[in-house]
Amino acid sequence: MPNGKQILKFAAILFFVFSIAFCRIAFAADTSEIKIGAIFAITGGASNLGSPEAKTGEMLVEKINKEGGVNGKKIKLIIKDSGSKPENAVSLAKQLIDEENVLAIIGPSTSGETMQIKNICQENKTILISCAAAEDIINPVASFVFKVPQSDSDAVRQIYRIMKAKAITKIGVITSNDGYGVAGGKQLANLAAENGITIAFSESYDKQETDLTGILTKVKGKDVQAVVNWSIVPAQSLVAKNMKQIGLDVPLFQSSGFGNIKYVQAGGEAANGTIFPCGRLLVAEELPNDHPQKAVLIGYKNDYESRFKEDASTFGGHTYDALLVLTEAIKKAGSTDTQKVRDALENLKGVIGIAGQFNFSPKNHSGLDMNAYEVLTVKDGKFAIYKN
Amino acid sequence: MNLPQIVQYCFAGITVGSIYAIVAIGFNIIYNATGIINFAQGEFLILGAMLAITLNHFVALPIAIALSVVITTIVGGLIEIVFIRRARNASVLSLIVITIGISILMREAMLHIWDEKVRSLAYFTGTGVSSITILGAHISPQVLWVLGVSAVIVIGLTPFFRYTLTGRAMRACADDRMAARLCGINDKWMVTLSFMISAAIGALAGCVISPVTQTQYDMGAPLAIKGFTVAIVGGLGNSMAAVVAGLMLGLVEAFTMSQFDVAYKEAVSIVILLLILVLRPSGLFGKREIAAMRSL
Repeated sequence: MPNGKQILKFAAILFFVFSIAFCRIAFAADTSEIKIGAIFAITGGASNLGSPEAKTGEMLVEKINKEGGVNGKKIKLIIKDSGSKPENAVSLAKQLIDEENVLAIIGPSTSGETMQIKNICQENKTILISCAAAEDIINPVASFVFKVPQSDSDAVRQIYRIMKAKAITKIGVITSNDGYGVAGGKQLANLAAENGITIAFSESYDKQETDLTGILTKVKGKDVQAVVNWSIVPAQSLVAKNMKQIGLDVPLFQSSGFGNIKYVQAGGEAANGTIFPCGRLLVAEELPNDHPQKAVLIGYKNDYESRFKEDASTFGGHTYDALLVLTEAIKKAGSTDTQKVRDALENLKGVIGIAGQFNFSPKNHSGLDMNAYEVLTVKDGKFAIYKN
Repeated sequence: MNLPQIVQYCFAGITVGSIYAIVAIGFNIIYNATGIINFAQGEFLILGAMLAITLNHFVALPIAIALSVVITTIVGGLIEIVFIRRARNASVLSLIVITIGISILMREAMLHIWDEKVRSLAYFTGTGVSSITILGAHISPQVLWVLGVSAVIVIGLTPFFRYTLTGRAMRACADDRMAARLCGINDKWMVTLSFMISAAIGALAGCVISPVTQTQYDMGAPLAIKGFTVAIVGGLGNSMAAVVAGLMLGLVEAFTMSQFDVAYKEAVSIVILLLILVLRPSGLFGKREIAAMRSL
């Protein structure tokens, strides 16, 4: 039987819990700022993605707030580091939803992490704008889940388009054994038949691999006409080197994950000639002056590079786009009510961002199509638009 | 499989095997002097490579590597003095746990000093695309560098531990710290010295493998795990055995890969490690009696 003292203690605890809960509601009701969460892989294997994403977020929010915020409200961006681990993304998402009551979550950086929290955001009715590319994120459509990077399926279509032009029909595929690699491998397999491509070899390697001559020797034994590597890990600059070293002299196609000049530098001379689909940021200066994206791209690039003294990458561009479409949706909704913002976002049209022109619809939660990709190549250690 | 293909798989195996071997050698020095496994060995490699890459912007490659070896050696010595020496009464197991802590500390420090980006040192001979052709198969000249440096280290270490007074004093410390002290050996400095040698070897190894593996702040741990496996398989404390075991493991992995899915190659090396631990805890080339005495 509980005695009086215990009951008193219990009541005190209850009071405490309730008062904390009230505090939280009071905070949530504080309408002077808009709280947005962000989960990026700032450290760990995908840090090449997360680091520029976090920096861009910081920079852009500062700029938006300096210009008076959105609908007269300042934005507060709460950035969390997932360490590139999907399991961390789960707890961080819960933290952002339950403790910070954010309107939306931007990120995570990788497809693996995003897939882990897709359902959590959907169930809790929190808008998720992912910075990862996998088709699975928005297909099947979850009403609160969006993504801003181009789809991996469109990247595959671009690769197959170039292959057709080069009369390549038999290819070898290698992927990293993480969410990104697995998803890309799946799209390559799905779209092969309709494009007349035979995949003679498809295997994955460990994402921490430090040498790929073994798996490439196996590819070489299959007499393929081209190799496709799908990964975002540092191993992708090894592919080109190891292919040249073992005398596998066929064209190398990479995924859009190759779109970071650091990988080209790490790949050195071997990286020249690599063909990959990517957003236009990397070749912004090469675009014709009347290209609708040119001004946006050059603006972001200059801002980022002058502030952080490093090359802008497409990954940072994803944060830019995510914040752009979100703020546009908030403006259009004229409110910070989650449901209203979501509806506005779903019907947002003609917004020009880093990745391309966004035209969202209830069926298309990425807002982009195949034309958001430009096919690039590496020429003398620099990115250039690929020309047949 | 035709002949060039078989040779190519051999070369693939030698490439990874040589990396495993050169990492494994570093484990043996500290083990020889203290009986502990230094799990921060992988971080010594990365630190050495990172320093050399940075220094290479200012000075020529050989000087950059030499300087990075010197700096890493000093860091290795300091780490021993600051962390290991304080825990002098700790058991071997606690010391091993301390080294795990050191590895995390170094990793995070490197993330802050450099950043998360991948770097790599220039190839010592030729470039990333050059290769040597033997029997229709190709191998990067850098692999020969890795093998050559491993050979030099092993050839240098064996007489050091066998014939020099310092080397023998270090081994005496590992065998029986108290007895060594009674003989007038300054056991504290022997341990410090072992960390310094180990760090130096690690830094050199890191520089030599950097063109092949590339270097990123968090790459130390996976490298160390493979090196540790190889050190166990060869027999802890024996550097020559580590090189042989490293190449063997590399070759086994390469030929596993040729017949099965690539994913299985890790499984094979783990199975080999388990078999060795169960059937021959002293390693392939270790003497059973010595291992039995150590465990007494």
